[in-house]
Amino acid sequence: MSERSMPRCWNRESKPHRFCPGCGHGLVLKALGMAIDELDLAGRTVFACDIGCSLLAWDFFTFPSLQTHHGRTTPVMVGLKRADPDQIAVAYMGDGGGYAIGLQHLISAALRDDPITVILVNNTVYAMTGGQMAPTTLPGQKTETSPFGRDVDATGIPVKGPEMLKAVVHPEAYLARGTVAQVLKLKKAIQKGLEAQMAGHFSFIEALSTCPTNWRTSASATWAFLEKEMGDYYKVAELMH
Amino acid sequence: MPQTARSEQRSFMTGNEVVARAALAAGAEYMFGYPITPQNEIMHYWRRLAPRYQRGFLQTEDELSAGFACLGAVLRGKIAFSATAGPGTVLFQEPLSMAEMMRLPVVVIVQQRGGPSTATVIYSQQEVTLTCFGGNGEGLRLVYSTSSHQELYDYTIKAFHQAWRYRFPTFVLGDGYQAKMREALFLYNPEDRGMGAVPARPLLGHKGSNGNGEPQLHLRNAFSVEEELAEILRKHLADFDEAAPYLEEHEFIGEPGANLLVVAHGIVGRAAREAVEELRREGKKVNFFRPLTLRPFPEKALQQALANSNRSMLVVESAQGQLGSLCRLASGHEALQRFDTFYRPGVGITTEEIREAVTL
Ligand SMILES: Cc1ncc(C[n+]2csc(CCOP(=O)(O)OP(=O)(O)O)c2C)c(N)n1
Ligand code: SF4
Ligand SMILES: [Mg+2]
Repeated sequence: MSERSMPRCWNRESKPHRFCPGCGHGLVLKALGMAIDELDLAGRTVFACDIGCSLLAWDFFTFPSLQTHHGRTTPVMVGLKRADPDQIAVAYMGDGGGYAIGLQHLISAALRDDPITVILVNNTVYAMTGGQMAPTTLPGQKTETSPFGRDVDATGIPVKGPEMLKAVVHPEAYLARGTVAQVLKLKKAIQKGLEAQMAGHFSFIEALSTCPTNWRTSASATWAFLEKEMGDYYKVAELMH
Repeated sequence: MPQTARSEQRSFMTGNEVVARAALAAGAEYMFGYPITPQNEIMHYWRRLAPRYQRGFLQTEDELSAGFACLGAVLRGKIAFSATAGPGTVLFQEPLSMAEMMRLPVVVIVQQRGGPSTATVIYSQQEVTLTCFGGNGEGLRLVYSTSSHQELYDYTIKAFHQAWRYRFPTFVLGDGYQAKMREALFLYNPEDRGMGAVPARPLLGHKGSNGNGEPQLHLRNAFSVEEELAEILRKHLADFDEAAPYLEEHEFIGEPGANLLVVAHGIVGRAAREAVEELRREGKKVNFFRPLTLRPFPEKALQQALANSNRSMLVVESAQGQLGSLCRLASGHEALQRFDTFYRPGVGITTEEIREAVTL
């Protein structure tokens, strides 16, 4: 990415970033950076990342940031926000972190309408640990722990996070699913999420993303999986009341 | 069902594969797991091999769930296990605490990584205190610490047997180096070595539904008065003390009249043994002691070894005194002449470094 197309709030010193070539994490963080620039929030944003490939973003921005524990980013940000409501709290995590080990925290924060913004990167696998099945792994998809393809009879169906949270959120909370295939639309969704936080409400954005390393896919196959397989199952949408 | 190993099959593989093979050979029936480096491949191998031997696997939503699911399976008489590391071992403390109180023989393999917190995924010996005493109780657990792939195989099998025989939750401590490196070992069928089946039986169920022995119909782990708890604990602690002599294991090299005892466990024990053997070949009066069980700790054996070593010891470990404090506690009432330490928390230790740390 050229110097000029980088969001202003990106920390130049930590670029080029540490994600694999073709990884979607960088695009999600670009969308977040653009949203923060546009709302001019860099001066009061705190960014927290989970353990997962998101941890590689611990020094990604100019504003303060921290690494938490796997699955615990949401409650850390809930505490920080309650301690200082003027801060804009962004919790950034993977689908394993948010939908498996951290799911009770995600649901509880949504139930309490905690004014934080959760951004969850759906890449259908546990990437950092070498490609195991995630709650988002598609039916029949092969991973290290579903080597014969995900069997939904034995392991359940892939989770649709925003749709699930819709049942429990406050009417003015913001829920959406975006994709790194449409970065500007994703930026818009994140922007609305941050605005919901400023209005005192919970917000959650799931971003469909890529992991060529664990999918073991070429550039074109990576994009096809994102747009076709994932896009068919996970609909890009805003889920409003 | 196909045999899990040909008799005395010489193999060359990673420690994680060794664990999966050992669990299969021991007759483990179900693994509940959650990914964490450096144990992931235990799960991967088990997941691939399990269907061939009609064994089960479930990837749970986290380690709390994996641990409690193991307890559920154990309650119905299934030989269940898990594998974890670091922050995962922390989360295992809650189910393990219930297992201690209700005497549920769950087995957990721990491939230690650096701590505290997420730290490194590589290596450490920092999960000694956690595995021995991590619960809100009295440490009613068995903890094995292995130093080679052969031991990893032998003691993973043994862990299932001892856990069910004595009904204490059991940890097998490896580490990231053992998990990932390849080494030669013999795989075998436990039956070929005269080991019977793991004495698993249901602990909870309907009257008469379980064949061998009546299960308890009502189990609890909450008590309303102090005396009630004290009575239960007295019994558990007495059982633990009574079993200890049958459980404790160690390795000792040396003879009376030495000047120093070098103590280490796990993979560091291997480097320490080599250092001591070299020094002994040079005529130095040094003895070597390696606890194979960290809980119960081979206390009498350590005291005997100290008596043969001028009551002087050097403790070497990749942690800041976790083995050291076990040794101090176990060394008895009589004062030590020397208590030297070589602590490298989260960092590997070589034979050369240990040689240099030995001062006579
Ligand atoms: C308590 C605990 N359990 C397990 C782990 C190991 N761990 C590290 S990252 C990770 C999975 C990450 O997957 P995901 O959240 O989907 O993020 P991704 O890497 O795919 O972006 C796991 C299980 C841990 N760090 N802590
Ligand atoms: S492993 Fe996958 S998610 Fe992680 S940095 Fe590489 S491509 Fe991205
Ligand atoms: Mg993921």
